[in-house]
Amino acid sequence: MTQRALELAEVTKIFDRRAAVDGVSFQLAAGERVALLGHNGAGKTTLFKMILGFLKPDHGSVSVLGAAPGSNAARRAIAYLPEAVAFHNALTGEEVLRFYARLKGEDPAKSAALLEDVGLGAAARRRVGAYSKGMRQRLGLAQALISPASLVLLDEPTSGLDPISRQNFYDLVEKVAARGATVLLSSHALTEVEARTDRILILSAGKLVADNTLARLRADAQLPIRLRVQGNDGAAGEIAARLGGTQVNGRSVELFCDPADKVARLAAIAELGPLVADIDVTLPSLDDVYRHFSGDEGAEG
Amino acid sequence: MLIRILTIAGQEMRIGLRNRWILLAAVILALFSLSLALLGSAPAGTLGVDRMTVTVASLSSLSVYLVPLIALLLAFDAVAGEIDRGTLQLIFSCPISRGEFLFGKALGHFAVIVLALGGGYGVTAVLLLATGGGSQAALIDFARLVATSALLGLAFLALGYVLSAAARHTSTAAALSIGIWLLMVVLYDLALLGVLVSETSGFFAARILPFAIIANPADAFRLFNLNALGASDLVGGMAGIAEALPYPPAVALLSIGIFIVLALALAVVLVRRITP
Repeated sequence: MTQRALELAEVTKIFDRRAAVDGVSFQLAAGERVALLGHNGAGKTTLFKMILGFLKPDHGSVSVLGAAPGSNAARRAIAYLPEAVAFHNALTGEEVLRFYARLKGEDPAKSAALLEDVGLGAAARRRVGAYSKGMRQRLGLAQALISPASLVLLDEPTSGLDPISRQNFYDLVEKVAARGATVLLSSHALTEVEARTDRILILSAGKLVADNTLARLRADAQLPIRLRVQGNDGAAGEIAARLGGTQVNGRSVELFCDPADKVARLAAIAELGPLVADIDVTLPSLDDVYRHFSGDEGAEG
Repeated sequence: MLIRILTIAGQEMRIGLRNRWILLAAVILALFSLSLALLGSAPAGTLGVDRMTVTVASLSSLSVYLVPLIALLLAFDAVAGEIDRGTLQLIFSCPISRGEFLFGKALGHFAVIVLALGGGYGVTAVLLLATGGGSQAALIDFARLVATSALLGLAFLALGYVLSAAARHTSTAAALSIGIWLLMVVLYDLALLGVLVSETSGFFAARILPFAIIANPADAFRLFNLNALGASDLVGGMAGIAEALPYPPAVALLSIGIFIVLALALAVVLVRRITP
């Protein structure tokens, strides 16, 4: 099947003469897991609202499995989990799930098994008001998965979750992707989505500034590797002189090198023999890569 | 379509039961109506009217205040609350139309009001019957009261949805609802009376007042019920004008119906314009 799960072409949305989303184009193939990254206010939620048909783009076009956003065909194909959704506190998890099953034209009897799948089997008859944040997000995911949707949209699904809950949540997302659904999830931190996605889109001030795999993004960023060489007593000065780095204190020297020069640099350090006590190699972190693309190196995001 | 409307309606009823909303409303209606029935029975003997008829007349006046309040309190959260909780996005991402959503809410809340009215006023009716205070004709009066109260409730539910969809924030919608209740149930009558008293030519009383009364569902409700009871002389006040009306009292009922249709249509238009 060659049909795109989602296709955006030159999509622009203007609020108060400022482009919230500016000429964004990308395509999602069936079965892909893609992360959409950006700061708060980068335009992620606006983009989602256009995909759902709540907002009309001022320019460009959006197509969901060939259908117009907001049409019944598109709505049937999409499962959506909004950011910070709060189900009615007085209802139980099972009641919430049965409600959405009926709205989507699915058999409400499926909800018991689905609650079991997301680890809420024991809490099914408890009120949502008594759920933890992680449980609520899992209920939200269950709600999104009650219908066999081919495009799953998750808006910042893991913000505010503790690392264990986040882990559990991504395990569930992986199960969904394994069923063949396309997953597009947004996040404001690259570290959250590491290794959980096939492709990464980075949105900055409404513009799409990156669209690639994590490995390619890392390579394209060309961020230097940091080497920190710790010398034996009194050798720091000589190390700095011979390697050309900067002496950071009495014992250590710091130098930066391109990824391509890494091996040569390490060989040069090894030649110093007894002068060197220890070496630390620091690869650019995911946050560094993200900062590089979102265009605010050094600035606080 | 029907399944989706019933799903929304069922959810509202479930929330109404779970929150003890229905119970609370029924208890309030029962307390007020029982006290009216028991205290109000004292003067009934001298008037030579059925005790139940007097009670129904008093209850009509009670309904004018309480039923719109209950309806507005149910309705103000319908759209604004879903926006605040973020669930409106979820619901509208499902294959349901905005109209279906609103009709579902209206149906569910209407059922809540009917249950509360049936329970609350039912207790009083049963008590009056058991103590030998009611005849078959009075029972019909009672049924008419419950039915028209439900209709009045629906009118104010529709008005509440308009406010909720226009305000889009729960707190604003709540404040607007209380304001509208005060305006339509309390101040409207006072204003009409004020103009009526101060005016000397009789133009207002003859040409404007009758239509001003049925334009407000609360007044239309009172007019219809007291007239149907033939009890306007019992209650007095604004009800006394019923004899001088240029239209049959059933028009008042029709007017409530038109109000409901217009307000619901406006609410659907407003909900369609919301970007969740």
